[in-house]
Amino acid sequence: MASETTNSGQGNKGNGRIIAYVLIAIAVVLFILGVTDDYESGLSIHPMDQFIISPLFGGTDVHWYTVTNATVWFGLAVAAIAALMVLGTRGRAVVPSRGQSMAELAYGFVRKMVEDVAGKDALPYFPYIFTLFLFILFANFLGLIPGSFTTTSHIAVTAILAFAVFFTVTILGFVKNGAGFLSLFWVSSAPLVLRPILAIIEIISYFVRPVSHSIRLAGNVMAGHAVLKVFAGFAGALGAASVAPIIGIIAIYGLEVLVSAIQAYVFTILTCVYLKDALHPHH
Amino acid sequence: MEKEETTVHNGLESAAEVAIGADHGAVVDHAADAPGMPQLDIGTFDNQVFWLIITLVAIYLILTKIALPRIGAVLAERQGTITNDLAAAEDLKRQAEAAEDAYAKALADARTEAHAIVEAARAEIQADLAEATARANAEIAAQSAESAARIDEIRAGSMAMIEEIARDTATEIAAAFGSGAATDADAISAAVAERMKG
Repeated sequence: MASETTNSGQGNKGNGRIIAYVLIAIAVVLFILGVTDDYESGLSIHPMDQFIISPLFGGTDVHWYTVTNATVWFGLAVAAIAALMVLGTRGRAVVPSRGQSMAELAYGFVRKMVEDVAGKDALPYFPYIFTLFLFILFANFLGLIPGSFTTTSHIAVTAILAFAVFFTVTILGFVKNGAGFLSLFWVSSAPLVLRPILAIIEIISYFVRPVSHSIRLAGNVMAGHAVLKVFAGFAGALGAASVAPIIGIIAIYGLEVLVSAIQAYVFTILTCVYLKDALHPHH
Repeated sequence: MEKEETTVHNGLESAAEVAIGADHGAVVDHAADAPGMPQLDIGTFDNQVFWLIITLVAIYLILTKIALPRIGAVLAERQGTITNDLAAAEDLKRQAEAAEDAYAKALADARTEAHAIVEAARAEIQADLAEATARANAEIAAQSAESAARIDEIRAGSMAMIEEIARDTATEIAAAFGSGAATDADAISAAVAERMKG
C-alpha cells in the first residue's frame, strides 16, 4: 500500500515536470517571436496590437469558423484545464500527489464558495460555475505568457460569459420561484413609499449586472496588458535607461498575476451571488 | 445601440491614444484595417463567440464526465478512509481494553487458584508431617520402652551376679581368715544379702 502511493506520486511528479518544461518552452518561443515581431525602432508603441484577432493559416477574413490566434489560446486553456483536472488526478490517490492536490484545492475552493454564497441547493450548478472559474483563471494566466493572446481581454468573450450567467440566473429564478422572483425587486424591508422607487433602482441595477460583470473582467485584463506593452515600448526605446521601465514591467507583471486570479475569483463569486438571488429572491 | 457603441468606441480610442501618447500616424495606420480597439471589431465577434462556446462546452464535458466524478470519488474515499480508520482505531482500542480486562481477570483467577493450590499443598504437607511425627513418636516410645525393659533385665542380671560374686568373695575371705564359725555358707549368704539391701 505504501509503496504504491509513493510510486504514483513519483510518476505524477515526473509528469508535472514535463508539463512545466513544455510550458516554459512554449513561453520562450512565443517570447522570442513576440520580441522579433514588434519594435523595429523608435517610440512606436502599439499597445492594442496584442489584442488583434488574425487568422492563423493565412488570409485576412475572419469568418465565424476561422481558426485564429484566439482559437489557439482557447484550445490551450482547454488543454491546461484537462492537464490539471484529468492528468493531475489520474492517480486517484487517497494521499494526493502535487497535481492532484491542486485539482482538489480548486474543486474544494469553488465548491465551498458556491455552498457558502448561494447555499446547498445551488450545488447542482457547481459544474457550470467551476467551468467558468477554470476557464477565466486559465485564460488569464495563459494570457500572462509573454507574446500570448489573452482571450478574456475581449469584451465579446466576457460578455458571452456574463450574459450566459445573466440569462441562466433569470430563467432559473422564474422557473424556481414563478412570479415570486419579482419580489427580488420589491424591497419589503423598506418603507412602503420608497418601495416603488427602490424597485426601479433594483431593476436598473439588475439589468446593469451583465454589463459590469463582463466589462470588469475584460477591462482589468486589457488595461494590464496594454500598460505592460506601453512599458515594453519604453524599454525598447530608452536604451540604457530602459532599466526603469523594465522594473516597472516586473512590478506590473506581479500585479497582473494577482489581478488574473482575483478577477477569476470575482467573476465566480458574483455568479454565485446572482445564483443566490435566483434561488432565494426574498430579501 | 449602434450609435452608443460607436460613441463608446471613439471615446475609448481617443482615451487610449491620449494615455499612450503614441505618434498619431501609427495609430491611424492600424486604424485603417482594424479599429483602435480590436475588442470593438464587431467582425470578429461571431468567430470568438463560436470558439468560446466550443471551449466552454469542452471544459464542461471534461469536468462533468471525468474530472468532477473522479475528484468527488477520491474525496469521498478519503473521507471514508478517515472514518473507517477512526472506527477501526476505536474498535482496536475497545479490543485492547477487553484484552486488558481479560488479562487482569485471568491474572486474578490464576492468583486465586495458585493460592488455593498452595493452601492445599500446605495442608497436605502439614497432615503428612503430623502423621510422620506421630509415627516417629510412637516408634521412639516403643523403642525406649523396649530399651528400658532391657536395661532393667540387664540390671537385675548384674545384681544377681554381684550378689554371687560378693558371696563367693566373702566365703573366700572367711576361709582365708580361718575362723570356723564363720565359714557357714548360710550365714555368709544372709550377711551378704543383709549388706546388699543397705
